[in-house]
Amino acid sequence: MEIKDNFKEKRLFSNRTIVAAIMVFLMLIILIAQMFNLQILQYEKYRTRSVNNRLKIEPQPPRRGLIYDRDGVILADNTPSFQLTLIPEEVKNINDTTLRLRNIIEISDEEMERFEKLMKNLWRNNLHRFDHIPIKFQLTDNEVARFAINRHLFPGVYVKAHIARRYPLKEVASHIIGYVGRINEIELKTLDYFDYAGSTHVGKTGIEKYYEDVLHGTVGEIKVEKNVSGRYIRTIEETPPKPGNDIYLTINSTLQMEVEKAFGKYSGAVVAIEPSSGEILAMVSQPGYDLNLFVNGISSEKYKELQQDKMQPLFNRLTRGQYPPGSTTKPLVGLAGLYYGVIKPDDEVFCPGHYMLPNVSHKYRCWKKWGHGKVDLNHGIAQSCDVYFYDLSYKLGIDRMSTFLGRFGIGQKTGIDLPGEKTGILPSREWKKRVKNEPWFHGETLISGIGQGFTLTTPLQLAQATALIANRGKYVKPHLLKYHEDPATKNKVMPDLDTEGKDIEDVSNQDWNTIIQAMHDVVHGKRGTARKIGKDAPFTFAGKTGTAQVFGVKQDEEAKKTEELAFELRDHALFIAFAPIDKPKIAVAVIVEHGGGGSSVAAPVARIVLDQYLLGESNGTIE
Amino acid sequence: MELNSYSAPQQLKGTQIRQLSFIEKTLHLDTLLLFGLLLMSCIGLVVLYSSGNQNMGLIYKQLVRMGIAFIIMIAIARISPDTLLRWAPWFYGAGIILLIAVLIVGTKSKGAQRWLNFGLFRFQPSEIMKLAVPMMVSYYYSNKNLPPSFKQIVIGSLIILIPTGLIAKQPDLGTSLLIASSGFFAIYFAGISWRLLLTATGIFASAAPIFWTYFMHDYQKQRVLTFLDPEKDPRGAGYHIIQSQTAIGSGGTYGKGWLNGTQSQLDFLPERSTDFVFSAFSEEFGLMGVSILLLVYFLIIVRGLFIGTQAQNTFSRLLCGSLILTFFVYIFVNIGMVSGLLPVVGLPLPLVSYGGTSMVTIMAGFGMMMSIHTHRKLYSS
Repeated sequence: MEIKDNFKEKRLFSNRTIVAAIMVFLMLIILIAQMFNLQILQYEKYRTRSVNNRLKIEPQPPRRGLIYDRDGVILADNTPSFQLTLIPEEVKNINDTTLRLRNIIEISDEEMERFEKLMKNLWRNNLHRFDHIPIKFQLTDNEVARFAINRHLFPGVYVKAHIARRYPLKEVASHIIGYVGRINEIELKTLDYFDYAGSTHVGKTGIEKYYEDVLHGTVGEIKVEKNVSGRYIRTIEETPPKPGNDIYLTINSTLQMEVEKAFGKYSGAVVAIEPSSGEILAMVSQPGYDLNLFVNGISSEKYKELQQDKMQPLFNRLTRGQYPPGSTTKPLVGLAGLYYGVIKPDDEVFCPGHYMLPNVSHKYRCWKKWGHGKVDLNHGIAQSCDVYFYDLSYKLGIDRMSTFLGRFGIGQKTGIDLPGEKTGILPSREWKKRVKNEPWFHGETLISGIGQGFTLTTPLQLAQATALIANRGKYVKPHLLKYHEDPATKNKVMPDLDTEGKDIEDVSNQDWNTIIQAMHDVVHGKRGTARKIGKDAPFTFAGKTGTAQVFGVKQDEEAKKTEELAFELRDHALFIAFAPIDKPKIAVAVIVEHGGGGSSVAAPVARIVLDQYLLGESNGTIE
Repeated sequence: MELNSYSAPQQLKGTQIRQLSFIEKTLHLDTLLLFGLLLMSCIGLVVLYSSGNQNMGLIYKQLVRMGIAFIIMIAIARISPDTLLRWAPWFYGAGIILLIAVLIVGTKSKGAQRWLNFGLFRFQPSEIMKLAVPMMVSYYYSNKNLPPSFKQIVIGSLIILIPTGLIAKQPDLGTSLLIASSGFFAIYFAGISWRLLLTATGIFASAAPIFWTYFMHDYQKQRVLTFLDPEKDPRGAGYHIIQSQTAIGSGGTYGKGWLNGTQSQLDFLPERSTDFVFSAFSEEFGLMGVSILLLVYFLIIVRGLFIGTQAQNTFSRLLCGSLILTFFVYIFVNIGMVSGLLPVVGLPLPLVSYGGTSMVTIMAGFGMMMSIHTHRKLYSS
């Protein structure tokens, strides 16, 4: 064995120690460098991350604005609704608890299934074991009471109140008010992410949809600190939500309800406008449906039932139903004849019951088989003689007729504050060329003159045209919003009504008088088509009947009597009216689907509207 | 000795011992080292109070562990290095037997078989090896003429590889690497030639792929992969390292202040009192705190290395050098791991992390260093 050289070894060790010390120092420098990198160079990045980690913004949904009628009757409000929830971490045996719960509260198998599925996927649904997990939505008062008594038996189970939309009048004005429903995936993409962060519902139809911005309000937020498992630690900052504005509609709910009642078994639509302002007094699409069905999701069977109902309760006939105006266009066509100087009021036409164009064998029938004999403009309108208007239309030509009717809003959107309004059709040469790529024929001018053929109007357009006649050309924009109001400050916001340049100023007063007199004679004249409803009226009013063919009658076929036809093949009955004549307070358009002639069912509905509005009472329903 | 005649004055100078104080003479403790360790322990308690949600129970538990660890240190410091030398082979032999026992009758915990259950307490034999391996290697070289021959290096390596292999089989990669490095440090201080050192390093580096393919478990591979790209799996494996870096980075220059670290207080930081305690510290005390912490560590290491240079025989020198460098490995691996420089290996931050076993081992190691320093004779023979 070699002799150990302690001195040499010691020197070797010292050298190694120095190298080791240098290495240690360098490696510590590496660590410090990394700390410098993280804490100084990347400080902002990590600071932001740590803030985002702990601070969560919890949106506070605003209270949705209420909807009232013009007199302050509530049409839509918010009401507490109760749901049964369970906090998993507070419940020892969840299966046992739910089993016992079912003894006192009715929980369907589907609800149970949904709950169990939710429990299995808490994380995926962004829920935690310390969150309220809903078992059943919408408890009845009875169930709430029963649970309250047995509360002590169910630790960790709660009844939670939340606010739900309610429509106290159920199906009244359903197509106007519309409803809210749960926000769906498509809406989620279009709605403002921040504004709707706390909201579960959004307006789906009607006023609820059109004035969504007004009703919704501004979301509030609570900035809270949460730990890694999302448990609340403390509140940092709070901005309260700003409730949505309350909406006052122009609707008179009493009138609305009376008119809805008046329809009886019939379906159809009524629009009543105040001619001086354009405010819509009633807007009825019958039948309606209970708006409350949609708030928390309608069951698929119920929805199917509504959808397959032959009466189409979900269909908004007011702005989306398009009907041939029939003879209700005659006052406008007559006025066009006077305006363009094609006829004079006293010019007479002989009506043999049909009309023939030169060199064409086709017979254009008058509704009165044996003819009206000699007819002037007044009689043409009052007795609704088709032959008179075939002749007038032929003289007028489609271009002038189309231009003139267009000024009354036929075939155009009225711009009412409801979503999804349809245009209707105002036929013209350009229209036919564009849509059908065919030339215009004379025969088509004739049937357009009596409101048949291509012409389609919505009940709303018809009412607007009637209001224009009542106003003698003064345009008002039909609208449903009277004003909306900030619930806190009571600041009112009036609707922005654009009426610029739409008045019909170049029709002479005399011409207006002639037409309005003729419409007066429709109800008050000896031979007026609606003389039945004008007979006992304590006020004077003007009107016009109309019949819209649902099914075309062939050339050689005898027109059948209404009673002989299958219900769905019967003609639609129309009536327009305004009253009183000198200072009109109300203009009405009525369509009774498959009601047969305008005088038999549509006119009585109009009378009910007028009575109710002008006299404050009306009687009953049509048969 | 032949060279004594002219080396004596120098040796006298080198081993000249100043007047020993009471602590040094009677308690056999080194004042500076003791001060550094106490300071670190206090820092550890301060951080623990915050990271443990101000739970005094945790503090008391840790205080008890520290007490035990310090008592063990004091006890070992009283044992002279000569006794340690004599014990080394027995200690090492017993350790090997226990490691084999673990593989046969050990208790499984978290997928690894590391524990021996003695009814009253559980015990990890690998902890013994953290001390036994450097002791045994130092023992082996104590009577050799250094620098060692190639054959002696091979034998030294075998002393290291046997327990390392046994521990790696449990599997406990972190500890086996730590023990391997502690043995290696002894060989390094024994004077392995630089050329051989570089060659060995080269061989190890090129063997890494083989190691990867045949010896590493999937979870270990996963750790390495996660380390390379933590953002790839931010919710799973990468979560720890992302949250840890966020805690450190968001501390900035001066930190968020004691008890105000949101990452740790709100549980975003995992293992915030144990392996990731450094991140909790960095979040609350910033780069300033980190610098001070690392400075204290550096001073402890420098003192340890100095004690090695003052040691009077080969065994003491090698043992002291390898123990203090192993201490540094703990620090470097832990901080490197929590800051994203190294893959996640379950090593605690010595003296600061909450937990007992490793603290006892580390303090026992310091006890040996203190023994080496306070049992010096006036003249070496």
